[in-house]
Amino acid sequence: MDIALLVLQTLNGLQLGLLLFLVASGLTLVFGILDFVNLAHGALYMLGAFVCASLTLATGSFLLAVLLALPITGAAGYVIERVVARNLYQRDHLDQVLATFGLILVIDTLVHILWGPEGMAVPLPDILEGQLRVGENFVLPVYRLVIIGTGLAVAAGLYWLVNFTRLGMLIRAGASNRRMVSALGVDINTLFTFVFALGAMLAGLAGMLIAPITEASIGMGNNIIITAFVVIIVGGIGSMKGAFVGALLIGLIDTLGRSFLDSFFELFMSTAAAETSAPAVSAMLIYIIMAAVLAVRPQGLFPPKVR
Amino acid sequence: MAGLSRTALATIVLLGLLAVLPPIFVWTGNAFYVDLATRLVILGIAATSLNLILGYGGLISFGHAAFLGIGAYGVGIPAYHAIFGGFPAVASFNGFFQVLLSTGVAALFALITGAICLRTKGVYFIMITMAFAQMVYYFFVSLSTYGADDGLVINMRSEVPLIDLNAPLQLYYLCFASLVAAMLIVRTIVNSRFGMVLQGAKGNPERMVSMGYNIFRYRLTAYVISGAMAGYAGALLGNFTTFISPDMMDWTRSGELMFMVILGGAATTLGPVMGATLFIVLEEVLQIVLDWLEPVAEPAYTALTGRDLQLEVYWHLPFGIVLILVVLFVRGGLMGLIRGRRD
Amino acid sequence: MKRTLATLLAASMLSSPAWAEDVKIGFVTTLSTGGAVIGNQMKNAVDLAMEHLGGEAGGHTLEVIFGDDQFAPEAGKQATDKLVKQDDVDFVTGYIWSNVLLASRNSVVNADKFLISANAGPSQMAGVLCHPNFFSTSWQNDQTPMAMGEVLNQLGVQSLYVMAPNYAAGNDMVAGVERTFAGEIVGKDLTKWGADAQLDFSAELAKARTSGAEAIFVFYPGPAAGAFARQYDQLGLADELPLYSVFTVDAISLPRLQEAGFEAVIGSRTTQQWDPTLDNAANKRFVDDYKATYGNYPSYYAAQSYDAIMLIASAVEAVDGDMEDKDAVREALRAAEFDSVRGEFRFGPNHLPIQDFYLREVIVDEDGVWTTKVVQTVFEDHQDSYAEQCNM
Repeated sequence: MDIALLVLQTLNGLQLGLLLFLVASGLTLVFGILDFVNLAHGALYMLGAFVCASLTLATGSFLLAVLLALPITGAAGYVIERVVARNLYQRDHLDQVLATFGLILVIDTLVHILWGPEGMAVPLPDILEGQLRVGENFVLPVYRLVIIGTGLAVAAGLYWLVNFTRLGMLIRAGASNRRMVSALGVDINTLFTFVFALGAMLAGLAGMLIAPITEASIGMGNNIIITAFVVIIVGGIGSMKGAFVGALLIGLIDTLGRSFLDSFFELFMSTAAAETSAPAVSAMLIYIIMAAVLAVRPQGLFPPKVR
Repeated sequence: MAGLSRTALATIVLLGLLAVLPPIFVWTGNAFYVDLATRLVILGIAATSLNLILGYGGLISFGHAAFLGIGAYGVGIPAYHAIFGGFPAVASFNGFFQVLLSTGVAALFALITGAICLRTKGVYFIMITMAFAQMVYYFFVSLSTYGADDGLVINMRSEVPLIDLNAPLQLYYLCFASLVAAMLIVRTIVNSRFGMVLQGAKGNPERMVSMGYNIFRYRLTAYVISGAMAGYAGALLGNFTTFISPDMMDWTRSGELMFMVILGGAATTLGPVMGATLFIVLEEVLQIVLDWLEPVAEPAYTALTGRDLQLEVYWHLPFGIVLILVVLFVRGGLMGLIRGRRD
Repeated sequence: MKRTLATLLAASMLSSPAWAEDVKIGFVTTLSTGGAVIGNQMKNAVDLAMEHLGGEAGGHTLEVIFGDDQFAPEAGKQATDKLVKQDDVDFVTGYIWSNVLLASRNSVVNADKFLISANAGPSQMAGVLCHPNFFSTSWQNDQTPMAMGEVLNQLGVQSLYVMAPNYAAGNDMVAGVERTFAGEIVGKDLTKWGADAQLDFSAELAKARTSGAEAIFVFYPGPAAGAFARQYDQLGLADELPLYSVFTVDAISLPRLQEAGFEAVIGSRTTQQWDPTLDNAANKRFVDDYKATYGNYPSYYAAQSYDAIMLIASAVEAVDGDMEDKDAVREALRAAEFDSVRGEFRFGPNHLPIQDFYLREVIVDEDGVWTTKVVQTVFEDHQDSYAEQCNM
């Protein structure tokens, strides 16, 4: 096997994994602390992509657009929390799944009405359009490295936020003991709203980062949300570490599966059969991993200690 | 209201309408609405089967569409081989054989996945059932013989004695009779000792365990029964649409089935059917209403954007809003409304 | 509950068969999801055709009813069923996606209505599943990539990497280029398609680069085109692995690519059976009026939809609006006595057009808009490879 290709595909997998981490971290934060299942998390990812695309075309700067779009997706999260989510914290997961399923329909259609069906391309500054070249076959777009870097930076930032700040302490305390946080004189509702908006911004950021590669398109969130759920289930719901490990695992498995599974299959079936079954099996792979993990560890790889 | 309870009255009215309306649709030249009614009744069976585990058992399965899909392929694959040859073990148009295959495979799938899924709890259960459904989805996507992503056209419907499934009304009444049977079966199960244990395990599993019940076995049995019933509904669906594709098993379809149960009222006999009815009717009515509204809204929209307005393609928006409002404000679904606040 | 059902009943009465129009045409296309980017162009072309016809043919009013396939075969079949059963249309046309057309075929032809594809051209419908009531104003899927394979041979390309979505048309496109391309196909990727299509091709493109192929052939229509072009560009592949595409760089994707400033696509070449620069009166009128009305260039999707409506109108006129005489309508359709935007138009024995295929190049027009022009005629009077499998 070509080593350059293997390294390249590993980096591609890492990039996908970090993107998944951005989505999954928000999901696990909201689930771990608010005990709220948010299927509409993917819709916020899509919203981030569209808002960023429009702002990039309006301002001419991708970076500026991202900086402006972050608070906008945060605000969208704020509104959703106030209008819908807040009323469902005390309900069971079933009601949450159903209401946020309805939210997906609403947000998808609103985006369709506002931006039209055609999706939007996002231009990048020239400096990000180049490639990193090592040798003849090792070529990686600079922008993919930017995603890897951003993903790692956000992961580090979240680690610091949760473990070393007063806010993080409150967040951790809020997850395990709501009454105690209230007793400390902290408005738990404000804390929850903040966490929800933070989750929305993380999802939105992921959407903004992927838009220059795949374009912003309607329904893009519905693909990633299920994968993100797989990530947090594998990692252990509510665990930031689990989301990180799970995301990298799933990202690598998915990418390496797409890269090498067909050659692997050709060892014991016809080329034509391998070509059609490999994509589907590699898509199935992450669910097989998830079922296997849950069969052995019903709480995921890193179950949080509390609750 | 002497004698009949409001629930009983609602049951009589809804089933009565479902029994008499389709021929009226045909006589008035609205054959398309027979299609809608058939789809409604089939989805009603699937929702009824889901209600057994979700409503009574408290097991939130987010992968029920997989059983429906397996059932549909249980009709499509034998028919395909009966026409184009190959795989003689299953090639057949025989309706009994196909239904046996559909329900059998669905039950087996439920047994295997249920044994794994039921080890988990809460949101893990929701997600692992969904994961297995996605696996089935991608499994059928990978089967290029049966059309993969493009789906499979069923050129011949199942052959059963006395009934011609190519006649829309005969197919409809078969589905309707199946629905009534499904409702009765679930009702009987729920009122049996088995059903009592299942429901008891929903509210207080520890107590049932301490009373000596192996609740895992009870739940797994219910899961298998439910899966087999949904597989049967899938066999009907395949005969109705004469076209099957992996799309039938997408996670959003599972979500829709859950919705029907909750919308109508979980843990009630009539609820799932009520939910399926509302779901189908809402889908149609919203499109018709939006179509009416289009001339009103179009001038402003065109002036603003310069584009033509196709309002009815946006029917998901009001639909989503209705769904959210129902979850937020209508506890116990439609049946809760019908029964009133007392229970 | 009683009230909701009463509403349904009332609604069904209100929308029961109309009486005002003589001839009804159902048009199934994608109006929601990302695929609507194509569907809306087709709808625009239909509206323009109706305007040019004055809404009638031979004194008989025409009505077009649109159905949304939601980019999925199942929903497309349902939309078709509704048009056939509820609206009782005489013709059903449209259809972007091959898998939607295959799923909907029986609903139309078994009801003895006429089915006219304005885009999709799955091999089955040209061969074993051909039907006297099925016609096409587009092509068979294999033909356009066959023309591209021929172009690659002329250019002396020896090895090729192939990428396409994994669905009926994707498989046909790959089969098409394999049919004519004389060199070696060193690698192939079929990716997930539909409303949840795969749009990130990092793994596939990395494989393509290291495969040692001289060129890459792709088919990524509509919503996926921009994403593919973008990633191809970001990898800097233009110098190492020249791109030869079908149905990818077109009037659907070019406006978006121009908006985002991807100069790399200028000069890239595709094959097609139609182009806005084709020199005939019908095409000039169509292209000029389309641009004047909608502000952008029409695509081949639009051109084929326009032709479909014009074909139907010619048949309605020929039989003087008598839709009951199916044989006469069929004969009139087969005669194809209308002014096609691609010039001369005639059907082969399987009711697919026999036509020329051109090589087109992306250029900047005098107004600075990115579009295409014809460079060369690759095939003349080309017939698809499945016609002989058709018995009817």
